Amino acid sequence: MTGPTRAEYCVIACAEAWRDDGEVLASPMGPIPSIGARLARLTFAPDLLLTDGEALLVRPDGTPEGWLPYREHLAWVTGGRRHVMMGASQIDRFGNQNISCIGDWERPGRQLLGVRGAPVNTLNNPTSYWIPRHSRRVFVERVDMVCGVGYDRAAGARYHRIPRVVSDLGVFDFATPDRSMRLASLHPGVTVEQVRQATGFELTVPEEVPATREPTGEELRLIREVVDPAGTRAREVAA
Amino acid sequence: MKDKTMPADEAVARLSSGMTLGIGGWGSRRKPMALVRALLRSGITDLTVVSYGGPDVGMLAAAGRIRKLVTAFVTLDSIPLEPHYRAARERGAFELTEIDEAMFLWGLRAAANRLPFLPVRAGFGSDVMRVNPGLRTVTSPYEDGETFVAVPALRMDAALVHVNRADRAGNGQYLGPDPYFDDLFCAAADTAYVSCERIVETAELTKQGPPQTLLIRRHTVTGVVEAPNGAHFTSCAPDYGRDEAFQKRYATTPWPAFEAGFLAGDEQTYQAAVREQTCRAAVREGT
Repeated sequence: MTGPTRAEYCVIACAEAWRDDGEVLASPMGPIPSIGARLARLTFAPDLLLTDGEALLVRPDGTPEGWLPYREHLAWVTGGRRHVMMGASQIDRFGNQNISCIGDWERPGRQLLGVRGAPVNTLNNPTSYWIPRHSRRVFVERVDMVCGVGYDRAAGARYHRIPRVVSDLGVFDFATPDRSMRLASLHPGVTVEQVRQATGFELTVPEEVPATREPTGEELRLIREVVDPAGTRAREVAA
Repeated sequence: MKDKTMPADEAVARLSSGMTLGIGGWGSRRKPMALVRALLRSGITDLTVVSYGGPDVGMLAAAGRIRKLVTAFVTLDSIPLEPHYRAARERGAFELTEIDEAMFLWGLRAAANRLPFLPVRAGFGSDVMRVNPGLRTVTSPYEDGETFVAVPALRMDAALVHVNRADRAGNGQYLGPDPYFDDLFCAAADTAYVSCERIVETAELTKQGPPQTLLIRRHTVTGVVEAPNGAHFTSCAPDYGRDEAFQKRYATTPWPAFEAGFLAGDEQTYQAAVREQTCRAAVREGT
């Protein structure tokens, strides 16, 4: 078996977001978080609940085990037993996230999706982020429209938590005194300088930055043969 | 029991410019597109549209019928960004009330319950509060003392939804996995028009699916429209999936050309043009 690709490190880094979460709903958005959630469920997080992306709760092989239409999903969010991994068109140093529009909201230069469920997600259940192309256009000093709420704007929000941000370069958390973003691990082959260059704000970088952990042989086999045999991960993050 | 069946054009004739109109479905799923197409054929404009938006919003925006939109997103699902909605927003074509998905749901529930608002733990800290300066807050009267956003009721003049089956009295049935919010749209509106793939006898409804598939109750329904393939090109599971090829065509064709090619005639003309398009594609692919 060939060594792990960058995309496979990203899968592992996303999967790790759900470690020790217990019997909660994993809501991954995008291919690599979805592969990560299923991998976590098949290995170190066997109690996780998964969706088919539509109205069913499913086991990793697709067997339905429950019904989860949108209205129930929205209620589950406020119940809190869920950990979502969303995308971000922009994210800032405190974890404020934007998927609504670029530029002035009144008349945007570029209209995107809309706030979707980001405001309710971030005030009610852990919300992590996945960013497939780490750049200064995404990691910005200030987002144009706060959809997902960051630490500096969440004062008094009792259920607010952003466990991690995963990009194609590394893993980030908010384990700093002012809850600003910190480099938690680097994917192999990536340098601190490369991350700094691609980040539009000042990032906390510890003296020793660990490497994102390697997938085990069994995890690699599961990714390649069971969870993503079609190789969609490589279309999102190149090797 | 009243027979509420009527053609799509008659349903739309009961609407008027300036109304607040709710549209069911979600993204590019089970949208009442035959009713939207009828709306496009009418002269009705200046609408406040309330929708978990898909091509319903895109088309009405492109045709300049929207004065104000209430939504949490607009998407075609397999094509994440709705091009006609985007273009309209980027030229400042209408007013937008942008709220969170859950706030939207609680707004529908408030309207259906005849409440002025419902509290929701969402919005605080986000720019939803900045772009909706009219939003008020409410503090729990109990020991916890938590403060919530008081989402105002999304009361509507009329709702348009599409389901798989209905009877002539307006009992609507969904046979797919997700009800979306269509029953709430009907209950939150003063009038509601339900289009369906097929009108069946009442006794047929529970032969097609268990009683819990009877999503929409007739007392919330004003008109029933039989519209086979009426959600096209959005999905209407299990009757049909999304027509991805046609959706792509919609998303990549300049609006005037799409309008001229598919929306110049009535619904029969539209369905015939879609069939012709599908046949031509099949011939091209040699199938």
